[in-house]
Amino acid sequence: MNNIIVFCETDNGKLCDVSLELMTKARSLAQTLNCDLEALLIGYNVENLKDELYLYGAKTVHLADDKQLEFFRTLPYASIAISLFKQEQPQIALFGATCIGRDLAPRISSALHSGLTADCTSLEIGDHQDTKGNKWDNLLYQIRPAFGGNIIATIVNPEHRPQMATVREGVMKKEPLSVPVAGSVKKIDVASILTDADFAVEIIERHIEEKKIDIKGAQIIVAGGYGVGSKEGFALVNELAKVLGAEVGASRAAVDAGFVEHERQIGQTGVTVRPKLFISVGISGQIQHTAGMDQSSMIISINNDPNAPIHQIADYSIIGDLNEVLPKMIASYKKHSK
Amino acid sequence: MTKKLKIVVLAKQVPDTRNVGKNAMTPEGTVNRAALPAIFNPEDMNALEQALYIKDQNPGSEVLLLTMGPFRAADIIREGLFRGADGGVLLTDRKFAGADTLATSYALSQAIKKINPDIILAGRQAIDGDTAQVGPQVAEKLDLPQVTYAEEIQEISDNKVVIKRRLERGVEVVSCTLPCLVTVHATAAPCRPRHAKQVMKYKYARTVTEDTAEGANYLLSLADYPYLKITEWGTADVGGEDSSYGMAGSPTKVKKVENIVFQAKEAKKLTASEEDIDSLISELLANHTIG
Repeated sequence: MNNIIVFCETDNGKLCDVSLELMTKARSLAQTLNCDLEALLIGYNVENLKDELYLYGAKTVHLADDKQLEFFRTLPYASIAISLFKQEQPQIALFGATCIGRDLAPRISSALHSGLTADCTSLEIGDHQDTKGNKWDNLLYQIRPAFGGNIIATIVNPEHRPQMATVREGVMKKEPLSVPVAGSVKKIDVASILTDADFAVEIIERHIEEKKIDIKGAQIIVAGGYGVGSKEGFALVNELAKVLGAEVGASRAAVDAGFVEHERQIGQTGVTVRPKLFISVGISGQIQHTAGMDQSSMIISINNDPNAPIHQIADYSIIGDLNEVLPKMIASYKKHSK
Repeated sequence: MTKKLKIVVLAKQVPDTRNVGKNAMTPEGTVNRAALPAIFNPEDMNALEQALYIKDQNPGSEVLLLTMGPFRAADIIREGLFRGADGGVLLTDRKFAGADTLATSYALSQAIKKINPDIILAGRQAIDGDTAQVGPQVAEKLDLPQVTYAEEIQEISDNKVVIKRRLERGVEVVSCTLPCLVTVHATAAPCRPRHAKQVMKYKYARTVTEDTAEGANYLLSLADYPYLKITEWGTADVGGEDSSYGMAGSPTKVKKVENIVFQAKEAKKLTASEEDIDSLISELLANHTIG
């Protein structure tokens, strides 16, 4: 009772990254709150995923496994989650801000009259006092940008449970435990919950492609140029991108030199990106390249040439050797991030 | 087979957050909301096109816009009338103020119950909040099935609609029983432009509030030309519990709002020293740029 439940999404029989990222975050929230972490897993033939969920700290895996649940449909999934939440009374419920999570979570929040905050970029635990002097301990701070990214709002749901939030993929870090917890599966009696009305929507056909490189949608991009020097040199760029949850981009010179695949090329003959943060590594900053990235909200340039044009459009320019700067950034991030 | 359908389009008037230019910023670097133009939420425009398309296919159908907002939100109902809608309802009441998505959904669902449509269309999300919550929440309150991220309404018959949905990595075609609620994705067809005939006809469409405002002087009276009247409803018209409206009906509370301060584009020069990099990373973490 009053635990944290993470709705775990699957894709082709595998757990989605966003769900494991949420499990990781929820595990630390559960520790702060001194409660258990539980997973809700809905699908068909997905019971084998329980072990991976134990590895991410799930004490209980609530499992709804049925042929009719093979592909996501709002109503049956919502009915199962609503029924479970009524019974288990979780204090927090988290969902990936995916096509599925953003369809399902609001439906559940409406049925339970519990507040929901979309696309949180940070989740913390803290106290709250309203203007009338009422106080609450240990609420979930749901922190998100709003108003086209021009403000950051902290939202709380003092009086209604569960406190619900969605988070996009790549925002939280994914970190398994070294030893799985001793968890167990609790099977949900699907037949007793679902009714004919839950099947108002029928899937006629589906065309889903394999996951491709998507630098366009990335919030953070670390891009390397010819200055990175080699394919091997890109390992540092990749590592920084990985710890920041960023995508890797490149200038045309780096692509032509064969350092990275063409899909990552940014600029006039590549893709145009406008991430929240663009870290430019060893890129001189020719106009053909900057045309594809100069609308980024924030630009950090790293280049040992103080006269490189990239520094002129940067918010922060670091004049230095990338082989020295990148490891320091990685170490500093690991030290400061929670 | 064609059918006379009653179609409701949910629309929202939003500040144009996509064009936060230099003049939209205060000297302190925060957003000057008053300087942002109020526009018809873009994806609601895609929803309107789908509604008008259904009407084209099913002559005699009726497209009604429903919006909640202040008096000036009547502007987007007029915009919809100019493009082919048949009427509109403005939900406006002080009691609606401070509503989060759930309280908004409650108000909209109360109004929809009164209209009793065959299908409800809405944009996937509004650009001022990007939550995508109101559509599914309205569907739940009305106990209707929902189909989100519609790209194309392929077929609509007596009791069924076939819809192509746009997902992260592909498409899905589904059928759904009517009545239902559909949210429309930005990749759907853009809305047709204003039609000169409609503009002529509805130029003076107005709410009673606008009609009776000080200094208002309309040639054609609402009594003689009833189609010019944009309906205004408040809580008294749509019924429901006062405690479910506005701030009182909103489980989420805003604890804190921080403005993102935009700095002039003058690069801060940093060295490769550990201190410089450490302070940069700490700053980026503190303002949620990373982490």
